[in-house]
Amino acid sequence: MGWFKRSPWLLHYNATSCNGCDIELIASLTPLYDLERFGMVMTGNPKHADILVVTGSVNCNSRQVVENLYAQMPNPKVVVAVGICATSGCVFRDCYNVLGGVDQVLPVDVYVPGCAARPEAIIDGMIKACEILEAKDAARAGRGDGPP
Amino acid sequence: MNEIYAVIKSLSIPQRMLAFALLAPLAGGVLAGIDRRLSARLQGRYGPPVLQPFFDVLKLMRKERIIVNKFQDFPILLFLIFTVFSGALFFSGADLLLTIFSLALAGTFFVLGGFSVSSPYSHLGAEREIILMVAYEPMVILMAVGMYQVTGSFRVGTIAQHHAPLILHLPGVFAGFLYILTIKLRKSPFDLSLSRHAHQEIVSGIATEFSGPGLALIEIAHWYETVLLLGMVYLFFAFNPWLALVMALAVYLLAIFIDMNYARFKWQLTFLSAWLFTAVAGVSNIIVLSLMR
Repeated sequence: MGWFKRSPWLLHYNATSCNGCDIELIASLTPLYDLERFGMVMTGNPKHADILVVTGSVNCNSRQVVENLYAQMPNPKVVVAVGICATSGCVFRDCYNVLGGVDQVLPVDVYVPGCAARPEAIIDGMIKACEILEAKDAARAGRGDGPP
Repeated sequence: MNEIYAVIKSLSIPQRMLAFALLAPLAGGVLAGIDRRLSARLQGRYGPPVLQPFFDVLKLMRKERIIVNKFQDFPILLFLIFTVFSGALFFSGADLLLTIFSLALAGTFFVLGGFSVSSPYSHLGAEREIILMVAYEPMVILMAVGMYQVTGSFRVGTIAQHHAPLILHLPGVFAGFLYILTIKLRKSPFDLSLSRHAHQEIVSGIATEFSGPGLALIEIAHWYETVLLLGMVYLFFAFNPWLALVMALAVYLLAIFIDMNYARFKWQLTFLSAWLFTAVAGVSNIIVLSLMR
C-alpha cells in the first residue's frame, strides 16, 4: 500500500546547527523545491511526525531534547541527520562539550552530508527516508506488533 | 437534479443517513485535497496530490497508537460520532435546529478531548476553541431562525424545496454565515485553536497530544463537518440546485482564498468581530424580516 512514503510528516530539530542547514531545509519547502509535492509537511510536533530531521552536532545540552523528541514519536519512525555536523560532528567533534554526530545518541537511518547540505541533497535524503519508513512499517506488520 | 431529489425521496431515513455516512468522507476528503492543492498554487508551489488527505489518514491509521491517558481518544470518538450524526440528520432532511445543537455537542466533545490531557498547548487550544464556539454559535442559530421566518419550517427537507430563493430574504444572514464559516472551517484569520500553519507557535492546539489513529479521527470528523457546512450554504440557494452546488463550491474557494491572504487574528478581535457581524448583518436581517410580515 505504501501510505508512509506518500505522507511522511517531518519534525525538524536544530541541535547546535549554525542555521545554515536549517535555512536549506526550509528552502526545500519553498516554491522552488516544494517538498509538499511528496506529501511532506513540517509538523513541529513529535506526536504527529514520521521523520525526525536533526541539524547540527549533538552537545550535552541538546542530547536530552533529541532523545525526548525521538521517544515521543510513534512508530514507525526514521531519523535523518542533515549536514556534516549532524553526520559526524565535523570540525566541532573534538570540542569539550560536543558529543559528535546524531548517531552518538539516536539510531540514524539517513545521512545527508554537506556544509550546508543542498536542498537537492536534502530531498534525496527524504525520499530515501521514505523507503526506510516503508520497510520499518512492513517489518512491524511482519512482527505482529503493527496495526491489524 | 430533480432525479437526485427523486432518489433521495425514495430512500427511507436510515438509508439516507447511511448514504451520508458513506459518501460524505469521500467528498470531504477530496475537498480537503483541493484545498491543499489550491493553497499551494496560490503560494506558487506545485502542491500535493488531490488525494493527499486520504493518504494522510490511511498513514495515521497505521501509526502506533500512543495515548496519554485512556480517556483521551473517547471524547474524540464522540466528536466524530456526533458530527456524523448531525450531518446525517441534515442530509436526511430532518430538523435544522437539532442538527445545529448536535453539531454544537460534537464541538463540546472536541474541546473536552483537548482538556483531557495535561499539555498546556492542548489546554490553550481548547480554551480558544471555546471562545470560537461562543463567537460563531449565535450566527448559526440565527441562520435557522431566519430560514424558519421565510419558509415557516425548521425541517431541512421543507426548506430545501421552498419555491422562493432564500438568499433574497436573508442576504444579511448569509453574509453573517459566510463570516463565521471561516471560523467553522478552521481557516485563517480564525484558525486559533487548531491550525495546519501554526505549528511553531502553539504547536497544534487541541491536536497536540493526539497521534496516529486519534488524529485520523479528527481529520475524518473535519471532512464530515465541511460537507455539512457546505450543505448549509446550499440551503440559501436551494431554489436552483445547480446554482446552489456552484455557490457552495464558490464559498469554499472563497474561504481558501481568505485563508491564504490573512494573518491570524487575536481571540479578542475574532470574538468581537464575529459578534459585531452577527449583530449588524444577522440580527438586523431578522428584525427587518419580522417587520415585513
